[in-house]
Amino acid sequence: MGFEGAKESFSGRIKEVVIGATDEHGGSRSRRLTVGGSNGLPFHSFESEMPHKPLIAMDIVDTLRMVSDTQLKSMGDVVKDPVEWAKRCEKEWGADICVLKLQSANPEEENRSVEECESLFKEVLKAVSLPLFVYGCGFEEKDAKLMEAISNAGKGERLFIGLAEEKAYKSLTAAAMANGHGLVAFSNLDINLAKQINILLMDFGMKPENILMDPLMAPLGMGLEYSYSVIERLRIGALMGDPVLQMPMICDCSCAWTVPEVLEEDDGKGTQVERGVNWEVITAEAALMAGAALVITRHPESVKHIRATIDDLYGGV
Amino acid sequence: MPTAMEIYKLLPKKNCGECKFPTCLAFAMQLANQKVALEACPYVSPEAKAALEESGAPPIRLMTFGTGDMAVKVGDETQLFRHDKTFYNPTVIGLIADDSSGSQGIKDGVALVKSLSFERVGQNIRVNSIAIRHSTGDPKEFLEGVKHASSEGLPMVLMTEDPGLMGETSVAWPKRPLLYRATPANFDAMIEVAKRSSCPLVIGGAATLDELSQLSERAKKAGVTDLVLEPVQGTCAQLLESMTVVRRAAVKKHFRPLGYPTISVLGSSDLDKGRATIGVAKYSSIVLMDELSRGFVFPLMVLRQNIFTDPQVPIQVKPGLYKVGEPNEKSPVMFTTNFSLTYFTVRADIEKSKMPAWLLVIDTEGQSVMTAFAAGKLTPESVTEAIEKEKVKDVSKRNEIVIPGMVSRMSGKLNELSGMKVIVGSRESSGIPKMIKSFSG
Ligand code: B12
Ligand code: SF4
Repeated sequence: MGFEGAKESFSGRIKEVVIGATDEHGGSRSRRLTVGGSNGLPFHSFESEMPHKPLIAMDIVDTLRMVSDTQLKSMGDVVKDPVEWAKRCEKEWGADICVLKLQSANPEEENRSVEECESLFKEVLKAVSLPLFVYGCGFEEKDAKLMEAISNAGKGERLFIGLAEEKAYKSLTAAAMANGHGLVAFSNLDINLAKQINILLMDFGMKPENILMDPLMAPLGMGLEYSYSVIERLRIGALMGDPVLQMPMICDCSCAWTVPEVLEEDDGKGTQVERGVNWEVITAEAALMAGAALVITRHPESVKHIRATIDDLYGGV
Repeated sequence: MPTAMEIYKLLPKKNCGECKFPTCLAFAMQLANQKVALEACPYVSPEAKAALEESGAPPIRLMTFGTGDMAVKVGDETQLFRHDKTFYNPTVIGLIADDSSGSQGIKDGVALVKSLSFERVGQNIRVNSIAIRHSTGDPKEFLEGVKHASSEGLPMVLMTEDPGLMGETSVAWPKRPLLYRATPANFDAMIEVAKRSSCPLVIGGAATLDELSQLSERAKKAGVTDLVLEPVQGTCAQLLESMTVVRRAAVKKHFRPLGYPTISVLGSSDLDKGRATIGVAKYSSIVLMDELSRGFVFPLMVLRQNIFTDPQVPIQVKPGLYKVGEPNEKSPVMFTTNFSLTYFTVRADIEKSKMPAWLLVIDTEGQSVMTAFAAGKLTPESVTEAIEKEKVKDVSKRNEIVIPGMVSRMSGKLNELSGMKVIVGSRESSGIPKMIKSFSG
């Protein structure tokens, strides 16, 4: 009797989530993207459906405080200007999505005003046609006002706003709901917490098809193994049929550039740029293998590598 | 492991008691619990013995190649997901040196592999193997390279599909190299070389997993069981599928013909790097590449280290008093735990401040601040003990200690026990740079 590998199937399916809106849908983006929809383990096309390829978003931070010298050197002065940076992501670097991180709103750092941040957002919205995500600075009070302004300024664009956390989600959720935007639900490396935040959001009135889960991607060498296993278990939980875990996952892999081993100079481990790019790529590929539908990266070289691997994993195109 | 009933069926059923158990059934129950050895029964038939050994064997055969300290183990995995238990034998990463670069090229390859060895989080991580590939048609350089590598101690993979040439590599055989490979085209002759050399053998070149399992059965019948499988894996998608199906068949179905370690032989393109990453995460026992740049292979080895960490035993750093920058008597002292994730995060944040500090790392058996606090492994007592052991009061004369914000609750007791002033730091270590600035002067 010949050997034939057993095919495994699951009763659950990852929900489909739509990102961005074209004029046909009331926005001004050049594309409307869909993630999720799979009913199997990641890239197991030999036994399940994976209707949408995972996407690659690139982040843009509005303060050099969050950009390492290595990045500044290898990506160039463009990272000093968020608007130019965003344009580059779209025109040259092949991003699917831009994630604008308004870190400069941080009241303990630059403390840039809501108005200034809002006008930066408007400029970026005009400068690029890609779908946008906008993240606040992580200070609840500031983000409440900031995201309300962003939500209004981006009305109709189907932005994704982040990050909603267990202890600070109401104002962000209200801001997202007010104009039909989506929300990124963050939890700290824990399956129950991931579930908990989704339940809170849905109790608050958020529809599941407007939620992406961010279960915290720890970078390579800095706890990646916890994230990898949490993401795998979330994915399996979703496929086993738990509806509260079926939101597609987003993993921010730009954190790879904060790892001390990337920032240190050590020729025995390659140049900082080569090492950093591979650090980010491997972090992202691990996230994708575990179950991410979307990864956020920082470096243009990383995007190329990850894209090629996704295409090859997806079946060659 | 077979059940007591399965074992009982194979026993002589004499109930003679010579095994020191009253009945064969009682003996079978002890065997199933691995409490006794089969040898205790003098009457088991050789056939029954073979059958029992077979069904009790691990789902994926353990195989070693190389000798001495550097020998590597592959296989013997029992899980599909690391969270279910653990992945045991880290993927062997190796460099392929082709004889088209001459015997000098092979020597350079050996030297490069030897230099790719690092200390990381208290563990040694290294490229483990050198593969020597024949592609020129002239065996001279190949054999010279094999001879050189044999004297260098690294586990070797010898790559030629010509059984005649493989038969001439006997200088390497005492070092137990992995022979690559037997295919449908050279099968019987290559099996003969494997037998003669007593070296492990890769079998590949089969179009389907069905064909591959037939080849492995043929090898086994011929008496060669130290095998490594090379299923079809031209693209990332095929690699993931092949490796997953093989692992599942072995682990879930105990399908013996695929119960062997696996190998991925890759090139040097960007896509090959992606394949190597997938191989490490998804079940390749051995990954060989044409080229290993330092800036890629180091992070790849870190991935391997992460994936093959026991999910129950975290990677940890050595407890003790660490310097961040060049601290002196006036520099602040802080404490944290010896979970590597915590330690490196905190350390990086102190470094960001560009101010020197002393970092006292408490032994929490590798747990994070809150986990250790909740588990009673980070207490005012354990911190005080570390302060005394590391003579903290001698190295810093400030007589104060900064504690993680998350454990502010221990400040009173810690002050009482240690006699040091306790400063409650930020909850996240990212707040450290701001806080530390207030210590200047
Ligand atoms: C991963 C994890 C585990 C892992 C272990 C990981 C490890 N090696 O430690 C496992 C699964 C084994 C585990 C077990 C347990 N856990 Co646990 N775990 C976590 C989790 C998800 C992440 C912890 C982590 O790695 N954080 C990252 C590191 C870097 O954080 P950190 O060490 O705290 O360091 C930060 C700060 O403290 C600060 N910092 C650190 N040092 C310093 C120093 C200075 C000077 C300053 C200023 C700041 C600072 O900066 C760091 C970076 O921000 C948290 C929940 C969460 N999301 O936080 C729960 C959590 C810590 N665990 C918790 C509990 C209760 C447990 C268990 C007791 C559960 C149980 N009943 O079995 C066990 C205990 C284990 C045991 N019995 O031996 C609770 C603690 C509750 C409490 N308030 O006391 C938490 C908060 C989860 C929860 N909400 O219930 N856990
Ligand atoms: S010695 Fe063998 S035959 Fe005798 S009782 Fe024990 S198992 Fe049965």
